[in-house]
This record gives sequence, C-alpha cells and structure tokens, in this order.
Amino acid sequence: MKRAVIIAMLTLAPVYAGEIAPSERRSGYDFMAADTKAMQDDDTANPGMLWVLDGEALWKQKQGTAGKACADCHGDAAASMKGVAARYPAFDKTLGRPVSLDQRINLCRADHQQAEPLAYESHDLLALNAYVAAQSKGMPIAVGDDPELKPFVEKGHELFMQRQGQLNLACVNCHDDNWEKKLAGSPITQGQPTGYPTYRLEWQTVGSIERRMRGCITGVRAKPYDFGAPELVELELYLMMRARDMAMEAPAVRP
Amino acid sequence: MAAALISVPKQAKRGDIIEIKALTSHIMETGYRRTAAGDLVPRDIITSFACRYNGREIFRADLFPAIAANPFFSFFTVANESGKFEFEWIGDNGYSNTASAAITIL
Amino acid sequence: MHHRERTSRRHFIALAGGAAFAGTVQLRPAKATPAMLASAIRNVVGEAPVRVGKVKLDIPPLVENGNTVPMTVSVESPMTEQDHVKSIHVFNEKNPQPNIGNFYLGPWAGRAQVATRIRLADSQKVVAIAQLADGSFWSASADVVVTLAACTEEG
Repeated sequence: MKRAVIIAMLTLAPVYAGEIAPSERRSGYDFMAADTKAMQDDDTANPGMLWVLDGEALWKQKQGTAGKACADCHGDAAASMKGVAARYPAFDKTLGRPVSLDQRINLCRADHQQAEPLAYESHDLLALNAYVAAQSKGMPIAVGDDPELKPFVEKGHELFMQRQGQLNLACVNCHDDNWEKKLAGSPITQGQPTGYPTYRLEWQTVGSIERRMRGCITGVRAKPYDFGAPELVELELYLMMRARDMAMEAPAVRP
Repeated sequence: MAAALISVPKQAKRGDIIEIKALTSHIMETGYRRTAAGDLVPRDIITSFACRYNGREIFRADLFPAIAANPFFSFFTVANESGKFEFEWIGDNGYSNTASAAITIL
Repeated sequence: MHHRERTSRRHFIALAGGAAFAGTVQLRPAKATPAMLASAIRNVVGEAPVRVGKVKLDIPPLVENGNTVPMTVSVESPMTEQDHVKSIHVFNEKNPQPNIGNFYLGPWAGRAQVATRIRLADSQKVVAIAQLADGSFWSASADVVVTLAACTEEG
C-alpha cells in the first residue's frame, strides 16, 4: 500500500478511470500468431531490420549545407540513442509543445545540418527513426517525466475518448473496452504503441505510429489528421503514457 | 535503397549443414493492382535469386508476383570449405543487387 | 476525473460489423482457376505422375494477412548424389497466376528445406511439388484460410 502511494507520486502519469490495469496490459505481439511472432523475434528474418540497416547508413552520411552527419554530433547511436525513443514524444522548449521523434529528426536536420526536412513516411525518415528506435529495444517506455507535458497528455486523452466519424467510435471503445474481442476475424488489440516504426504485413513496409492512427481514424469513417498534426502527436503522447513501463519492440512486426 | 540482410554462420565445422537466410528490400509490385483512377500499376518484381558458394551455384529461385514484398529465403548447404557466399537478385526494369558473406571452416 | 461513456456490447458489435463490411470494398483482379493450376503443374512435370508423400508443406491454416504468409517446404531425402531433391515448385489455386516460386537445389544442400513468404489473395489451396534425382515427382498440399483484414487503410 505504502509502496503504491510512492509509485503514484513518483510518476506524473495521471491514471484515468477505466484505463487498462498495468497487470492486464498486453503488447500487440501477444495477440499475434506464432509465425508472425517468429518473424519479429529473429533479427535476420524481420523485414523491419532492412530499415534499421538503411538508417544506420544514413546516420553516418553527411547531410545538408552544414555537411554534418548525425554521427558527427551524436557519435555511436548504440550509446547516445539508447533509451531516447522510449522518451518520445518529448517536450520541446523552443516550440513550447511536444514533438514526435520524426519531428525531432527534422528539427535536427534544420538546426544542425541545414538540410531539408524529410517527408513523413518517406523511406529515409522511417529508416532513421527505426534505427534510433531500435537502440531502445527491450527498454521500458519512459515518456512523460517532463511536467510541462501534462496539458498535452490531457489533450491526447480527450482525443482518445472523443467519438468521431460516421461510425461514431472513440479509440477507447475498441482499445480499452473491447480489446479481448475480434473484429472481422482479427483480434482487437489494446493499441499499445510499443513497436513503432513497425513492419506491417498489410502495408508490406515499415510505417509510423501516425500512419497506424490515421488508418484507425479512417476505419471509423472520420477524416484523419495530417501527418505531424498536433492532435496526432498528443494522441501518441497519451498512448505512450498509457504504455509506460512496457518494453520497446521497434522495429516490431504486426499483421 | 538496396539493403540486404544476409545470415550465414561466421564459422562452421567441416560437414555441418548450415542455414542461410537472405532478406532484401523490394516492393514486388504484382502488375495486377490498379490505381484509384483505374490504371494498371506495371509489374516490378525480382524474378531470380541465386546463391553461390566459392563460385558454385548452390541455390536458385524463380520468383513470381506471389512472393511477398521484401523477399525472404532460407535454405541449407553443407559447409565444406572456407570462403565466400555470393548472393544475386535480378528483376524487372534492370534491377540487380548483390551481397556476400564469408565463412571460416574450423 | 473523466466521465467515460461505455459502448454496450450489442452496439459495438453492430458498429464493428459495419466497419468490417465497408472495409472489404476493393478491386480484385481476375483469379487463377483450378484448370490454370493443373496446367501450371503440367508445365513442370509434363506427363509424369505426381505422387502424394515425401513432401511437407508448413503453412499456417489460418493466416493473419494474405500479403505475407510464411511458408516452409521440406522433403524427406538423404540428399546424396544418387538420391536427392533437384527442385521444389510451389503453386496456388486462386491468385491471379498459379505459380508462386521454383527452387533449385542439389545434394550439396544437406537438407531439402526451403522457406519463404508468399501472397495469397484469398482462402485457397497451396500445392508443393518436389522433383527427385530419379525424375519422380512428389507433392503435398494445404488449405489456407485468409482472414479478412479489418480497418484497412483503403477503407
């Protein structure tokens, strides 16, 4: 009891009513067939590792008019990027709001490399993100330690609860309330963001969490937010808070 | 983008049966899909994959549009001499990619 | 404290059914037919008989997404100079074309086993045929159910 109180005080994570209890949280991995799990488990069989490999090459490649590579500032990603993706989206003091890892990469390109931003869902942005995220594999999600994030987590939670689209469904209606059920033969998962960027069999490529959320929003027949929209970053932030302490899996494989 | 991910044991005992895995980036566009406007998307696939062990072909595959994007193959060979495995992918529109991996027999 | 409006189970299922139905609207190309499958097999084996046996086809009976289906074919064979697998051919019944892949190996393989990932446009039969050094053909087949992807991006 005493310990529980201390833990509640230590984390800034607001616990919302009706949220999945920590002991019942399950990664999308748990819902997959054995063959799909095997594809993720073996780095030499996981197609997502092709993006990680390309990201490693990009990490060392000089970019923009500053002629600098990521590695020129950050050195060996295995050390400098360890645990970083587990803390994103993170608060950016200059912008006064949370930024996604994709946005952080492009801010770095603009500020330090004097390079053009990489387009959302472009191969290079996904590859760099996958390479950075892979350095946090197995580490617990640790988003939200910055108190300035609090109002944005609130916004993300409100979006998660908000009914939308022609089907008038909110994220919560599937991913908190009905995750043990099936939709057209496929399991409804808890929507835990543990594995992004993810190689999705349906996509036949690696994609971002924003692509996945846009797919969900289209699924309930609502108009999806644009890539990089504050709403998507806030939703991702809330999802990462909701998944605090779960293990990072990127690049995961999902059906 | 031409990444390939090859898995060959770095070392093996003479006579060991070893597994070789090869994964490469490719869209494997079937040629049967249509755009929203109704136009057929032209076929763009890898048509052939081969693996040579010190120059000798030990595995070859003919690929059709039913092979999934980012083709993956696993196959076996008997490790009998130190040397090099060479991999070659050939496809539509002049596509060609190669990779190699070394093995040492203990 | 947030008030949460919970969806009733019945309401949810009705909505979910609607989502799944709407999600299936997509263009499908013409399918291969069992006759095309038979003819594709004849192109490989000629007039030789194809016996059932020796070949093992591992493929999930229920696949999560037809775009990427893991498949392993193995053949019972000593893989010697005299007695080995020369080739393995995999076919399907209902994709736009009946061939999936041809794989060529020899006694140096040590083990007659090949794994890859395939596409299945629909629930259907998959057939694997192996040619042995003596010219004989052996086969295995499997029926695969492809579940319908829910909430696909194309909507």
